[in-house]
Amino acid sequence: MPKVTFPRMGESWRTFKMLMNDLGNEVVVPPRPNKRTLDYGVRYAPEFACLPLKILMGTYVETCLEGAELIVTSGGSGPCRAGLYGQLHKKILNSIGFPVDIIVFEAPKNHPIDFLRKVNRLNASRLSYRAIWECIKRGWEKLKYLDDVEKLTHVVRPRELEKGATTRVYRRVLEWIDIAYTMSEIKEAGEAALQAIRSVPQDAERKVLKVGIVGEIYVLLEPASNLEIEETLGILGVEVHRSMFLTGWTQDNTVKETSETLSVKDAAAPYIPLCIGGHGQESVGHTVLYAKEGYDGVIQLAPFTCIPEIVARTILNRVSRVHNIPVLTFFLDEQTGKAGMTTRLEAFVDLMRRKKSQAGALHARPEVV
Amino acid sequence: MIARVGIPSSLFYYVHFPMWQTFFSELGIEVVTSGQTTKGLLDEGVKEALADACVPIKLFFGHVIALKDKVDYLFIPRVVCLNRKTIYCPKFLGLPDMIRHGLSGIPPIIDVQMDNREGWASLWRSYLKIGRIFGKGKMKILMAYLKAWAVAKRFQSLLLAGMHPPEAMAVLKEGGRVQPRHDHKGGLVFAVLGYPYEVHDQFISVGLVKKLKKMGVSVITMENLSPKKIARANILEKKMFWTFSDLALNAAYYLFREGKVDGIIHLTAFGCGPDSMVDKLMELASKEYPEIPYMSVTIDEHTGDAGVSTRLEAFLDMVKRKKEAQQGTCPR
Repeated sequence: MPKVTFPRMGESWRTFKMLMNDLGNEVVVPPRPNKRTLDYGVRYAPEFACLPLKILMGTYVETCLEGAELIVTSGGSGPCRAGLYGQLHKKILNSIGFPVDIIVFEAPKNHPIDFLRKVNRLNASRLSYRAIWECIKRGWEKLKYLDDVEKLTHVVRPRELEKGATTRVYRRVLEWIDIAYTMSEIKEAGEAALQAIRSVPQDAERKVLKVGIVGEIYVLLEPASNLEIEETLGILGVEVHRSMFLTGWTQDNTVKETSETLSVKDAAAPYIPLCIGGHGQESVGHTVLYAKEGYDGVIQLAPFTCIPEIVARTILNRVSRVHNIPVLTFFLDEQTGKAGMTTRLEAFVDLMRRKKSQAGALHARPEVV
Repeated sequence: MIARVGIPSSLFYYVHFPMWQTFFSELGIEVVTSGQTTKGLLDEGVKEALADACVPIKLFFGHVIALKDKVDYLFIPRVVCLNRKTIYCPKFLGLPDMIRHGLSGIPPIIDVQMDNREGWASLWRSYLKIGRIFGKGKMKILMAYLKAWAVAKRFQSLLLAGMHPPEAMAVLKEGGRVQPRHDHKGGLVFAVLGYPYEVHDQFISVGLVKKLKKMGVSVITMENLSPKKIARANILEKKMFWTFSDLALNAAYYLFREGKVDGIIHLTAFGCGPDSMVDKLMELASKEYPEIPYMSVTIDEHTGDAGVSTRLEAFLDMVKRKKEAQQGTCPR
């Protein structure tokens, strides 16, 4: 039985750990990306590779040191580089002396047989397809609750009375969801978690700004890679709406596109009529939609050298002007520092507040939260 | 009045210009290019383009700025796929959009999509659309398209005969005879792999190819190799999905395996997304073929002439010494 590991993306690892255990594999849980991860990543990954590739490289090295023998990850058909990550990682890991194998899941709607073959390979305890389906359903439920809970913290955090209370509760309730196993347990834990976050003491009167976050999927989903930007914004009194969650993305890429995605593509069409890979088109589309929904600003997160986001950024200048919405872009790499980012965020929040008060929406000067 | 169409002398220029020029002039449309890259042109581009973009994109912005007031239309087609297999880097797919929304005072852009995965004769339909913009008849467009196609074929055969795109373009223009293939006998042969808009742009590559020739080294580039032949050398489980990267990497695998060259130089632009992978894969491959030295040269808008010369000289010296050591004539 090989020891299995997978990339870490936010809190989703709790689901994948359960799923892999159910299939009868031993799991090496990928550690939260930290200084050591980045050091390994920078040492072994190509210099101009994007931050996600470097972080994953580091994560794999760390898990390989703990004995992982098989890596499970997702593929893609380009033109974003992520579609080739798996192959490159394998070559690099093998060249530095880790004889690991890598299983790359391609989109099941395009490669159904290949998908089943790979599922079978991971199915160490020889479950029937029906049993696997049950496992996936439970995993999906868990993933949905993890996303919902995270979404709720984005709303509650800017209104909390005591700074840091939401984050504290959030850390605790994650463990509840983590240990839940059966369908009913997951539901119970999930609802309890949502309730616990809702009951964090809040100031209902507080005037908060609303900001949409767009950009590349990995740096959006992994807080360690974007230096907990959502938490920082929440503490600055900004309600964050993130344009992408793993559940939504999975739906779009495995079954069929949801109506939400289609409207994003429509919104982007005047600026960028076809998919340019990665999430460039979505970044533009979401920005247009956020502007129409009356958000106060948009923050774009992208890894340094990410081409789809560079194309999107060039076009966002025009979108920002036409729709009168401020856009701030962070190109993240291993050198990005948290203090620098916080300073830029504070300035951006000030700018949005002033813009809003000039527009008459906020009459009194808001107190600094 | 004759309509004037501007084709920036960058990116696809080195691959498709002869075809595009023939097509337009057959339709009676004047073609204007932005000419050779200059320092001023690059500076203009750097000012306007996003700082994080790679240098070819900045350069392309510069070429467009140089052209925009001289022409009625800009020809920046959205080239998605031309060989039914591989597509192009995201910056090519979003190129017309970047120019349209990133620059002001731009004439109308002809951004017809070219994607031959969309079924039979889809390329012809793209060209038909272009011709229609100028109100030409279908027959006339077809004749122009066929003629352009013939020129593209001839251009391709000149490249396969060992010419570099600028030389082949000159031959096509002057109608001169094809020079017999350069004889590599005796001298060293280096392969300079990289994207055509970097390798063949005299300015941005700091004249790398010219410098090597001056040092008495013959240079082959990926255009000189048959795409089909080199594709068989690919050892990846999953093909690169970018056309130029696929070609460059296949060429590297092919040349390493065949061992017909004395050295391989990979020319790459700072911050190039696909190249971050191509370069690493080439480096890994080079370790398996220690007899062929490999070097990677990164260029950006600040690359200095002297720095590149020094590196080339050092590389050449190393290759020469290695050869001498192998033949046992090393002066001790």
